[in-house]
Amino acid sequence: MVSAAASELRERRVWDELARIPDPEIPGISVVDLGVIGSVAVDDDRVRVELLPTFVGCPAIGVMQEQITERIGSLGIAPEVQVVVTMDPPWTSDRITAAGRERLRLSGFAPPAPLPAGPALGMLDELAVLPIAACPYCGSGNTTMENPFGPTLCRAIYHCADCRQPFEQFKRV
Amino acid sequence: MTAAGEPQPLDDATRHALAELLLALADDEFVIGFWDSEWTGIAPMLEEDVATSSIAQDEIGHARALYELLATLTDDDPDRIAYGREPDGYRHAALLDHARGDWAFSVARRHLYETADAVRLASLATSSYEPLALLAGKMRREETYHLLHADAWLQRLAGAPDASGRLADALRSLWPDAQEVFAPLAGEEVLDRAGILPTPLRALHADWQRQVRPVLEPITGPLPDAAPTLDGRERHGDDFRWLHGEFTMVARQEAGATW
Repeated sequence: MVSAAASELRERRVWDELARIPDPEIPGISVVDLGVIGSVAVDDDRVRVELLPTFVGCPAIGVMQEQITERIGSLGIAPEVQVVVTMDPPWTSDRITAAGRERLRLSGFAPPAPLPAGPALGMLDELAVLPIAACPYCGSGNTTMENPFGPTLCRAIYHCADCRQPFEQFKRV
Repeated sequence: MTAAGEPQPLDDATRHALAELLLALADDEFVIGFWDSEWTGIAPMLEEDVATSSIAQDEIGHARALYELLATLTDDDPDRIAYGREPDGYRHAALLDHARGDWAFSVARRHLYETADAVRLASLATSSYEPLALLAGKMRREETYHLLHADAWLQRLAGAPDASGRLADALRSLWPDAQEVFAPLAGEEVLDRAGILPTPLRALHADWQRQVRPVLEPITGPLPDAAPTLDGRERHGDDFRWLHGEFTMVARQEAGATW
């Protein structure tokens, strides 16, 4: 049995290490800033990390699990590291932290627009809600979505009419 | 991947019916995902190559998550369920049994499927079986992009001289089989009572028809009355047998292979 303070300290060390683990697809942002860490729990036997996939079919999930297991294991906090993939709570693009949004922009990605507030819209009404993105290079809002699907499941392709630069947006989802 | 969520105690009848539901959902996503992947490299334009490939990856990812949920319920292996069955063991709706056809045919099928899937997922997101509710809610966010894509193409082809005829023909020919997304499942009444299926399939079907007729009929003219049939998820033809041969090729050649 450890004191609450000691337990909290160990959890803090896990969070600090997680904040240094990059997203495998966009290395400029950490898994913490991406919002994919659901929870951290530490006891004498194990460290348990809950991982929230950005997209259900995200092929980077396995890589994230391996990296987290290895890096947290090397801290020597507990004999076992368990990385559990869960959709409770579901990851949404609103989970990206303010720092994470800035890191995305510096990596050349427009951060996702905030999700609309209020109750979910009806099936075909949602079609009218086109996401918008500010150009990560010149800041212009004079942009158009070229393709809601991009090089990975979580990215859409845009074009900036002002600086004439194509860019990607981390999808709002 | 490790499935999360505390297992809920289910009696045999409920577990059996839930397994039927999960298999139908998973096979729908799995099979349409593989048909979509048939456009990779040959879609009408580069942007569509990217889009259909990305959609295919989404759908097969959804299928994987559903097969994993099913495997924990039936103490099975998700890869065996996905790749280890004979063609007759698959439970995708008849809508998904056809080859991809031309672009208008693919757009027509995708629109019929995405709208039906949206109605189904909206209900399942409130399922009393929490692992399914969470997954359906998550899938729904992603499917919104597919719906947007399918509807944009539907409208685009509907306004083009040659394409509009092909689109209307495809919609009319697929209309009867599209109903089968809501085909009755064995033991469905158990799921209705338990709140696992919060809205009966019959009611979801009526809801879907009410929403899509005003969108489709300006393109097709009046669509006939049509309803799901008992074997709507069991009619498999040569198109699917060919696709099955393709997607099981690696698993058959190298049993237990991972990639």
